[in-house]
Amino acid sequence: MGLKSPSFRKFWNVFMILISALCCVVCGIVLAIVVAFVISKGYKALNWNFFTKLPLPVGMSGGGVANAIVGSIEIVLMASLLAVPIGVLAGIYLALFGRGHLAANVRFFSDVLTGMPSIAIGIFAYSLIVIPTGHFSAYSAAIALAVIMLPIVVRTTEEAVRLVPGVIREGALALGIPAWKSTLLVTVPVARAGIVTGALLSVARVTGESAPLLFTAFGSQFWTKGFSSPIAALPLVIFINGISPYPDWQQLAWGCALVLVVLVFALNLIARLAFSRRVSAN
Amino acid sequence: MSQETAELITATAGVGTRTVRQRTSPAGDRVFMFLLYGSAWFVLAIVAALFLVLLQRSWPAIQTIGLGVFTTLWDPGGGHFGVLTFIYGTIVTSAIALIIAGPVGIGAALFLAELAPKRLATPVAMLIELLAAVPSVVYGIWGLFVMVPAIRVYIGPALQHVFGFLPLFQGPIYGVGMLAGGLILSIMVVPTVAAISRDVFEAVPNDQREGMLALGSTKWEMMTKSVLPYARSGVIGALVLGLGRALGEAMAVVMVIGNKPQIVASLFQPAYTMAAVPANEFSEATGKLYISVLIEIGLLLFIVSLLVNMCARFLVWNASGRGRR
Repeated sequence: MGLKSPSFRKFWNVFMILISALCCVVCGIVLAIVVAFVISKGYKALNWNFFTKLPLPVGMSGGGVANAIVGSIEIVLMASLLAVPIGVLAGIYLALFGRGHLAANVRFFSDVLTGMPSIAIGIFAYSLIVIPTGHFSAYSAAIALAVIMLPIVVRTTEEAVRLVPGVIREGALALGIPAWKSTLLVTVPVARAGIVTGALLSVARVTGESAPLLFTAFGSQFWTKGFSSPIAALPLVIFINGISPYPDWQQLAWGCALVLVVLVFALNLIARLAFSRRVSAN
Repeated sequence: MSQETAELITATAGVGTRTVRQRTSPAGDRVFMFLLYGSAWFVLAIVAALFLVLLQRSWPAIQTIGLGVFTTLWDPGGGHFGVLTFIYGTIVTSAIALIIAGPVGIGAALFLAELAPKRLATPVAMLIELLAAVPSVVYGIWGLFVMVPAIRVYIGPALQHVFGFLPLFQGPIYGVGMLAGGLILSIMVVPTVAAISRDVFEAVPNDQREGMLALGSTKWEMMTKSVLPYARSGVIGALVLGLGRALGEAMAVVMVIGNKPQIVASLFQPAYTMAAVPANEFSEATGKLYISVLIEIGLLLFIVSLLVNMCARFLVWNASGRGRR
């Protein structure tokens, strides 16, 4: 390499820099193509019926996915109620008291859990809840999604709380305020933006999850009958209708895809703008 | 004088009672610490429960079939549960994904970390992370309706024209198949590789770069000869994490790979992957053994993903100093 002429080295430098810039451009183009197709195929499905009507049997046009929209909201809300409090507490533990073996293990295994295939978590929820209870249910879906959310909330909360200067908490402690109050009323409010970001990112992540729902929520053509019966969800409609041979159904699937993409992108952008530090939730 | 002493005594007593009050009333603190430690243990308990529950439910299959799952015949109706064809499909699609996403992801990360001004790098990095935010089932439907026809009409024939002498690119082109699965996975893996590589590059100390530039290197030589070698283990970690994502992806793959259990060389042929099988066959699975086998596939995915992640985190933590915190 040292023997190559300076002009070649200069050329090679510029060439490879262009190639690496091209890598970014390719990513952008792929994103643009995906989004463009989702919009162009999906917007035709979006009308009043889409948001307000139940799905109709094959052959009848004009059905909607109102039950899936409600179902998705219900499942994700339940999952958030389960995962966010526990995740935030575990994150606070890691940030403030996290030394030693327990903390190292919690960090490590929550990272492992982040990388766990969502379908394995779906099979887990199925084995844990659906088999013993004997029926598909909304709450089993919520538990599956909560398992996926938990590690994301833990790690983002840890990062956010860690950024708060320890001095202000020590100041509170020095005034004689109990540890729980000085943590929850002094440290956590300062870290609030970061914690909210983490929670929003985890919601964004699970809103689009479909693999776990196959084994738990199962999907339904009707309004939900409660927490312990099968329930419809947007990602399931995309999958089930997407692979069906009926154009009307496929049209609904594209509509759901558009709604999901808009929702997930909005959540991501809000989360990142609210807390403009890069937090990765791979 | 005596009053002052008295005041002093009351003051001291006051301090005393206050400390005593605090010592005796950390009930709130005790509950709080219990909750904190409980939540931390809960995370570990979930991982343990994942393993144990999957093991318990797949035990009937493990006992009945044993190592018989590592055969190639998948015929649930006839009682044959061999998963080797799925393992083959998983390996091939993940390999395609890494071959494409690895260089693109690392290239993008180099550009973002080393070359682009921060004003450009931040929004571009955000776009790449949006690529990771697109739900996998949306990639699935997009792959099925846009990419699969494109492979059948344009990409496949073009590849066959150029590389047709290789067995990988021979035979009829259906559109659905291992190439489609690999391509869709590569899109999903790029953001993972790019984001983690970028973190690792940014953790490389500046004197490494300065030393190289001071010797008269070009920017590119600086990157390949000082940044990349320094960040090598972290970049490998990023690739391994990308591999983990590819191995476990179910929904996008199940919609484009054709779901046919077979081991063939041609990438244009349909195949099947480990993660795709439960997603596709679960709803029609009848019989305890069949379901138990599907859960066993879940257990295998859990174990593989655990190993992959352990390996990757070890590499990335060492490179970016994240574990030392």
